[in-house]
Amino acid sequence: MRYLPLTAADRAEMLAVIGAPDIDALFADVPPAARLAGPVDLPRHAGELEVERALSRLAARNRSSGAGPSFCGAGAYRHHVPASVDHIIQRSEFLTSYTPYQPEIAQGTLQALFEFQTQVAALTGLQVANASLYDGSTACAEAVMMAARVTRRTKAVLSGGLHPHYAEAAWTLAHTAGVRVERLAAAVDAERAVTGAIDADTACVVVQTPNVFGTVTDVSAIAEAAHASGALLVVVTTEAVSYGLLKSPGEMGADIAVAEGQSIGNALSFGGPYVGLFACREAHVRQMPGRLCGETADAEGKRGFVLTLSTREQHIRREKATSNICTNSGLCALAFTVHMTLLGEAGLRRLAEVNHGRARMLRDALAAVPGVEVLTPRFFNELAMRLDKPAAAVVEALAARDIIAGVPVSRLDPAAGMDDVLLVCATETTMQDDIAAFAEALREELAR
Amino acid sequence: MTAVAVGRPTRPEVANEDGRRGAAPEAEGRGLVQDEPLIFERGGWEKTGVDLPEADLDASDLAGLTRTAPIGLPGLSEPETLRHYVRLSQKNHAIDLAMYPLGSCTMKHNPRLNEKMARLPGFADIHPLQPVSTVQGALALMDQLAHWLKTLTGMPAVALSPKAGAHGELCGLLAIRAALEARGDGRRTVLVPVSAHGTNPATAAIAGYQVVEIAQTADGRVDIGDLAAKLGPDVAAVMVTNPNTCGLFERDVLEIARLTHAAGAFFYCDGANFNAIVGRVRPGDLGVDAMHINLHKTFSTPHGGGGPGAGPVVLSEALAPFAPAPWVTSGPEGFRLIERNTGDAAQAFGRLSAFHGQMGMYVRALAYMLSHGADGLRQVAEDAVLAANYVKARLSGELTPAFPDGPCMHEALFDDAWLEDTGITTLDVAKALIDEGFHPMTMYFPLVVHGAMLIEPTETESKREIDRFCEALLRLAAAAKAGDVARFKGAPFKAPLRRLDETAAARKPRLKWTP
Repeated sequence: MRYLPLTAADRAEMLAVIGAPDIDALFADVPPAARLAGPVDLPRHAGELEVERALSRLAARNRSSGAGPSFCGAGAYRHHVPASVDHIIQRSEFLTSYTPYQPEIAQGTLQALFEFQTQVAALTGLQVANASLYDGSTACAEAVMMAARVTRRTKAVLSGGLHPHYAEAAWTLAHTAGVRVERLAAAVDAERAVTGAIDADTACVVVQTPNVFGTVTDVSAIAEAAHASGALLVVVTTEAVSYGLLKSPGEMGADIAVAEGQSIGNALSFGGPYVGLFACREAHVRQMPGRLCGETADAEGKRGFVLTLSTREQHIRREKATSNICTNSGLCALAFTVHMTLLGEAGLRRLAEVNHGRARMLRDALAAVPGVEVLTPRFFNELAMRLDKPAAAVVEALAARDIIAGVPVSRLDPAAGMDDVLLVCATETTMQDDIAAFAEALREELAR
Repeated sequence: MTAVAVGRPTRPEVANEDGRRGAAPEAEGRGLVQDEPLIFERGGWEKTGVDLPEADLDASDLAGLTRTAPIGLPGLSEPETLRHYVRLSQKNHAIDLAMYPLGSCTMKHNPRLNEKMARLPGFADIHPLQPVSTVQGALALMDQLAHWLKTLTGMPAVALSPKAGAHGELCGLLAIRAALEARGDGRRTVLVPVSAHGTNPATAAIAGYQVVEIAQTADGRVDIGDLAAKLGPDVAAVMVTNPNTCGLFERDVLEIARLTHAAGAFFYCDGANFNAIVGRVRPGDLGVDAMHINLHKTFSTPHGGGGPGAGPVVLSEALAPFAPAPWVTSGPEGFRLIERNTGDAAQAFGRLSAFHGQMGMYVRALAYMLSHGADGLRQVAEDAVLAANYVKARLSGELTPAFPDGPCMHEALFDDAWLEDTGITTLDVAKALIDEGFHPMTMYFPLVVHGAMLIEPTETESKREIDRFCEALLRLAAAAKAGDVARFKGAPFKAPLRRLDETAAARKPRLKWTP
C-alpha cells in the first residue's frame, strides 16, 4: 500500500524491540468478542489510477456551474478564484500543518491569521475579528449564543430576511441552551419589520443585509432600537463581496458581524468547507467564540504571533468555555486572505461593482420576460422574482435545458408561502450570453 | 527586509549513542529565510493583483447604502502576493517536512490524489442548492462515504453534516437529547471521564447538560466503580473516548456500555482515536450508540493549519430518526436529499449548518478509503499501533511512560517524572525538540498525567524517521540528565523565532494590525 512505509522486515524488527510475539498481542486489551478476524466487507485497496477513475466517474454525473449558465446564490456564490490562491493553499507548509500550538514553528499560519483578522475587522467595520469559524451559518448561531452571554438575556429575534437555513441552525444551537428564538415572517423587505419585536428580554436582533431575498437595508435604525432596549445587533452577510460596495455592519451600528466568507477565495464545493467570519466590539472580546491570534514578542524582542485569550476555550475552560470549537476553517481562511490580498481594496471595490452591474443586467433581462415580477427593491448581486408558475417546477424545466436557474424559495422555506418566488444571482462569472439564454428559456417556459 | 542571521548560540554538540558527534539536523545558513512584514506594512492602497473588467457603475438604486469611507485594505500584485505567502509558509513546520508526532491530532500523510479529486469541477464547482437531478454524482459519493463509515463502524446510520469533531459531538448529544425528550425523559447530566478532551465537557454544556466527571483508575482507564456510582436516572449519556486520551483501549468497554444502558442512558463514544482500531474493531460491537469520526484524523483529510475538518456521526437504530437534516436517500428516480424536518425526518433534532456538510472533505476521505481498501485500513490501525508501541519501547529506558504495563494503542504517553530535579519542564523539552528538527509531541494533555508528553507517530512514518525522532529525544534526555539546562531553557534556538511570550499576548491583546 503506497501510503504505508513499513516493510515486513521493519514490522518484525519493531515487534522484537517491543517484545511482542505478533501484532495481535498489541490489541490484547480489546475484548475477544469484538476483535474482527479479517477485513470488513468492503473492496480491497486500489491504485491511484483506479481511484481517480472511480471518482471522476462520479464527478462527471454532476453539472458543474462553469459548464453552462448558472444563477444560484442564496448563501453560496460562484466567483473566480485566481490560480495563485490555490497554489498557496496547497503548499505543504500550510496544507499539512495543524493548529499553531507551537508558535515558534508556525509563524506562517499565525501571521496569515493575523492578517485575516485584520482584514475581517476592516471589512466588517468592527474592532476585533476571530481566526474563523466553520461557516456563516454556524457563526450566526455562535453570535446568538454570545449575545445571550453578554446581555444575560434569553430571547433572540431573527429577521424574516435571514437565510432560513441560518435561522434553523441558530434555533438548533440556541434553544437547547434555553435561548428562545423568535423568527419573524419571511418577507422580501423583512428587515423593516424587526424593530417591533424587540423587548426587554431580547438579547439580540439578527438581521441580514443583503438578505436572503437580496434586499439591501441600512440597519442603523434597528441598531438604535436594539441598543435602546439593551439588546445587541447581529448583522449577517452571506455574500462577502458585497462588503466592497455597501456600508459595513460596524458603520451601521452592529455589535457583532458574521458572514460567510466563501465568496472570497473558496470554491462552491457543494456547500463546504467554507469559512465563517466573526467580528465584534473590543469590549466583548472575552465572550467571543473560536481561536484568536495575537501579537507578541520572542525572547529576543522580535515580533511574533501566538494563539491567545485561550482561557475562553474548551481546552482550558472545559464545560465553562465560550464554545466547544477546536478545529475551525484554517485553510479556507488562508484562501480568503490570499485572495483578499490579491484584490486589495481597489480590486474588491471593482469586483463588487462588476457584480452589481451584472445583477442589474440580469434584472433588466428577466424583468422584460412576461410573467416575471421583480420583487427586490434594492439589491447587490441577487434578487427575488415572482413567476406566474411554481418556481421549483420552472427550475426543473430549465435544468433539463441545461440552465441552472436559481433557488426556489420553496426549497429553502416551504412554510414561507412563496412557492412562486425564485432567487437568482449574478456575479462576475455571469456573462451576457448566459443572461440572454436564461431570459429566452424562461420566456418559453412561462409561455408554455 | 533583513535576513534573520542574528547571533544565536549554536546548538551544543553531544555524542549520540553510537559515539559519533551529533550533527545539527539543520543547515547553519539561514540567509534565505526572510523576515516578512505584514501586508499592511507593505501593500499599496491602490494596488491590485487581479485584472477585472471595467465596471460601468450605476449605483443609483443603492443611494445611501454604499460605503462612504475607505475600508483600509492593502493590495499586492500577484508576484508580490506569492512571494509574501511563500515566505510565510517557510516559517511553518509540516508533515511533509518531518515527523509531526502531535498526540491525539493524528498528523499523518495527506495524499495529493485526494487534493486533485476534490478539485474536479464536478465536485468543487457545484452549488449546494442546484437541482438534485444535476448533482446525482455528488449524492452518490455521499452515499458511498456513508456506506464505508457504517460498515467500518458496524453502525446502521450516519449523519454526515457536522463540520468538525466538536460539531459531531454536538450532533450526537443533540440526537440523544431528542431521543430522550421523545420518550418524555428530561435527564440533565452527562458523565465525562477526567481524561477527556476539553471539547467533551464543553459540548455537553452547550447541549444543555451538567457535566459530572468520572474518575480514572491507576492504569489509565475509566473507573467502573465510580461510573456505576454516578449513573442514575438523571444521566442522559456517558461520553467515553476509546481508545482514550491516554492512548489506551478501555478494556471494560463492554461493561461501560452495559451499565450505561442499564441506567437508561446512551453511550457516546468520542471517535477521535478511531484510527487505532479501524478495520480491526467495530464500535458497533462495543455497544456504542453514537460516535463521531474526525475525517481529518482517521481518514487523512489535511489539517490545513487548523481546519477545515469534518465530523460525521454514526448512530444506532435508536438514535437514527433524530439525526439532523440534510441526508441522502435513494429511490427509483435516483438519489434524493432530505432537507426538511417533515415526513420521514419529522423527528430530526434540527439543522447544524446551512448546507450538506464538508463535501470537499468527503471526496478526500472517500479517495483515502478507496485507496486503502478494507485490507489497507486494517493495516493502518496495525501500523499506527505498532509505531506507537515501538516509540514507547525505545524511549522507556530514559523517559517515564505514564502507564508502563501492557501495550498502548496509537500513541505513547509519558509523564515528566524523568525530568525530576533537572529544573527542566515538559515545555522546555518540547521547545528543545524543535531544535532537533521535529514538531513537538502534544504537551500537558491529557491533564490527568503530570507534565504529559503524548507522542503519536502514525502509520505513515518510516522506521527510519521514527528512529531519528527517538534518537533526538534520547539525546535530549541525556542532556537533561547531564544538567545541560541552557539547551532547554533558551530553546528553540534554531526556529524562525525564539520562544514567544504568550503571557504578554494575553495580558494586553493585540488582535489586529493598527497603523
